[in-house]
This record gives sequence, C-alpha cells and structure tokens, in this order.
Amino acid sequence: MTAELPAATASRLDWHVASVTDVRRETARTCSIVLDVPQWPGHRAGQHVDVRLVADDGYQAQRSYSIASPPEDASLVLTVERIDDGEVSPYLCDVLQAHDGLELRGPIGGYFVWDIAEGGPLLLVAGGSGVVPLAAMLRHRAHAAASVRASVPAHLLYSARTWDDIIYRDDLEQLAKFSDVTVAFTITREAPSDWRGYRRRIDRAMLEEIGWPPSATPRAYVCGPTPLVESVATLLVEIGHDPARVRTERFGPTG
Amino acid sequence: MRVEEMRLDGNAAAGALREIFAHDMTTALVTCAGCARASPMGVLMNYGGPMGVILRCPHCDTVMLRIVSTPGGRYMDASGSSVMLIPERPT
Ligand SMILES: Cc1cc2nc3c(=O)[nH]c(=O)nc-3n(C[C@H](O)[C@H](O)[C@H](O)COP(=O)(O)OP(=O)(O)OC[C@H]3O[C@@H](n4cnc5c(N)ncnc54)[C@H](O)[C@@H]3O)c2cc1C
Ligand SMILES: [Zn+2]
Repeated sequence: MTAELPAATASRLDWHVASVTDVRRETARTCSIVLDVPQWPGHRAGQHVDVRLVADDGYQAQRSYSIASPPEDASLVLTVERIDDGEVSPYLCDVLQAHDGLELRGPIGGYFVWDIAEGGPLLLVAGGSGVVPLAAMLRHRAHAAASVRASVPAHLLYSARTWDDIIYRDDLEQLAKFSDVTVAFTITREAPSDWRGYRRRIDRAMLEEIGWPPSATPRAYVCGPTPLVESVATLLVEIGHDPARVRTERFGPTG
Repeated sequence: MRVEEMRLDGNAAAGALREIFAHDMTTALVTCAGCARASPMGVLMNYGGPMGVILRCPHCDTVMLRIVSTPGGRYMDASGSSVMLIPERPT
C-alpha cells in the first residue's frame, strides 16, 4: 500500500519554541539543558523530544534527545553528549545559553517508557548518554513511597569510558543511597588506580551478576550506542530473559 | 563506520509517525509481509538516519515501512507490512 499524505500543516505534534533557562555542565563532554516549554502536556519516563535547528538559509537539522527529568518535575531537562564532528550536539553544548530559544516537539515515544505502576523488577543497562532516559525512570521511581519502591527493586548497570565520563555520577550515588537502587559502573578505558568495580565491556557474566535470574521476570531497558544495545539485548535473551521484556533504544554510532 | 552501527530503531521514527497517525505508533504491532512475524514498531530496525524513516523487519530484513518527504507531501510505503494492530488505548 502506498499513500500520498497531505503536507505537514495538520500535524498533531507541533513544534514549539522552548526557552532555555540554564545550561550546565555534567561532564567534560556533556551538558544539561534546562527548558521551560509552553503548554507542556507532561511526559512519561523514557520519552524523548525532537530538536530542530534551522540555519539562516533554511537548512534544517533534526535530532532526538531523551528527557532526563522525571514527569514529576516542573522543568524539562535534556542531557547532550558533545560529538566533536557532529552537526547538532556541539551547538547545543557550546553555543546555546540561558534565555535562548530552542525549537522542539514532544513528548515522543510509547515503547521505551516505564511507569512505576508497570512494576518490576527493573533492570536498566546503559552505555554513555544512553543513561539519560534510564535516569528519568529512576528519578520517577524515587518519587514513589518507600513501600511502593520496595515492591519494584531496580538495578542499573552503566558502561562509561572513564570515571569522569559517568554522567549524573553524584546523582546516581544519591539515588542508590536514598531510593535503594543498586548501581554498578563498568569503565572501559582508563579507570582510577583505586577502582574496584568492573573494567571491561558489558558481558554475559556481568549481566548475570547485576541482572535478575530469568525466573524473576525483570523488565529490562537497554539504551546507548547501537553496538552496545544490540550486544546486551542478545546476551539477555541468551541468558534466558523473555525477549518481549527486553526493551531497547538505539542512539546510533555515538550514543 | 559499518551500517549496523549507524542504524536506529522504531523509537527514532516515533516523531515522523506522529505526523501521520493520531497517536504513538511505537507500540503498534506490525506484521511483516515477508516472514509473517509481528513486532512492535519500536523494535524495527531504522536505516533512515536521524531525519528519515526506513523500517526493516528485525527477523528477515524486509523493508516494512518507508516515509519520504517531498515538497508536495509525504509518501508512506507500507507494502512490506501486511497488518498493523494499533492499540485501542495508546500506551
Ligand atoms: C530516540 C533517541 C534518543 C536520543 N537521546 C539522546 C540523548 O539523550 N543524549 C544524547 O547526547 N544523544 C541522544 N541521541 C543521539 C542524538 O540524537 C544525536 O544522534 C547525537 O547528538 C549526534 O548528533 P550530531 O548532530 O551532533 O552528530 P551527527 O552530525 O549526526 O554525527 C554523529 C557522528 O556520527 C558520524 N556519522 C554520521 N553520519 C555518518 C555516516 N553517514 N557515515 C559515517 N559516520 C557518520 C559522525 O561523523 C559523527 O561522529 C538520541 C538518539 C535517538 C534516536
Ligand atoms: Zn520479516
């Protein structure tokens, strides 16, 4: 079937100009952009927005960015990793500043989302900036009463190049302390000399240690660079997890 | 860079699909015309880059859905999908 559709005029997902209220550095290569979006309808943890940059000559570039803030927060936060030769991310990290406008549409997506009412246990696996939507899920979970959280245990396994490349490191440690999330980092390049955690790419043994056994029927969310996402999803299914409970979101070559 | 490292998935196509459909399509179950297996739209392989949509079956690689924008409008080619089950209550 081939359909010819009317032009974008009747779009149900409109572009809005959000105002930037703050841009703050997370790590040497990432920044968080705090936004005030007029008429934001609310979102679910795991959703993203599309951001559009338009040059003076009309040339457009559009990219997706996950929402880092939980649905409970008033402002919308995106966290962007700066890709040196990238078209959009260097602008977002280096040029954009408070009081600027940023054109976006959202919230978008319904597959890679999680709500505490769906239950757990929750197994979150991230590589690089893939931690962004998973952090929104953990922040959302932290808003629930302790008794509710106790019935939805959560584990995060997060792969980063170096200790300093870990996005939200302090925040994740706080979440581990105050909302009983088990957080494990693996560092794939240079680790501090006193580092006692994992220092290799995510492998089957790591997923067996951090994940639940398949009999616990966890809900798994895997996000980050495409090669990492595909290898982790394959390993989880090999371990015996139900493929229907392993949700993935690919960020592309970089993630 | 190999093409497998560049591919995205149906989640990245969610915005483009929302330009056409009334609600989110990433949880819609789509049946492949090539191998007859059904997958949620979110798990299809997306070779369209950050701004295009070329969704392939994760089982047999059949192109299940393509969206091409032209100045005159958008073309949607879904000849590789036999059935789409769109959830009654969008999740
Ligand atoms: C659903 C979704 C959510 C996302 N969420 C986030 C997020 O929260 N945070 C985040 O930082 N990123 C996120 N991303 C990734 C983001 O959308 C961009 O891909 C990323 O910021 C890079 O964009 P860029 O314009 O800076 O780089 P681009 O100009 O797109 O280039 C990226 C890199 O790929 C290489 N490349 C591009 N095209 C080719 C090609 N044809 N051949 C060889 N190499 C190529 C470039 O050389 C460069 O190294 C998300 C992606 C998706 C799909
Ligand atoms: Zn198929």
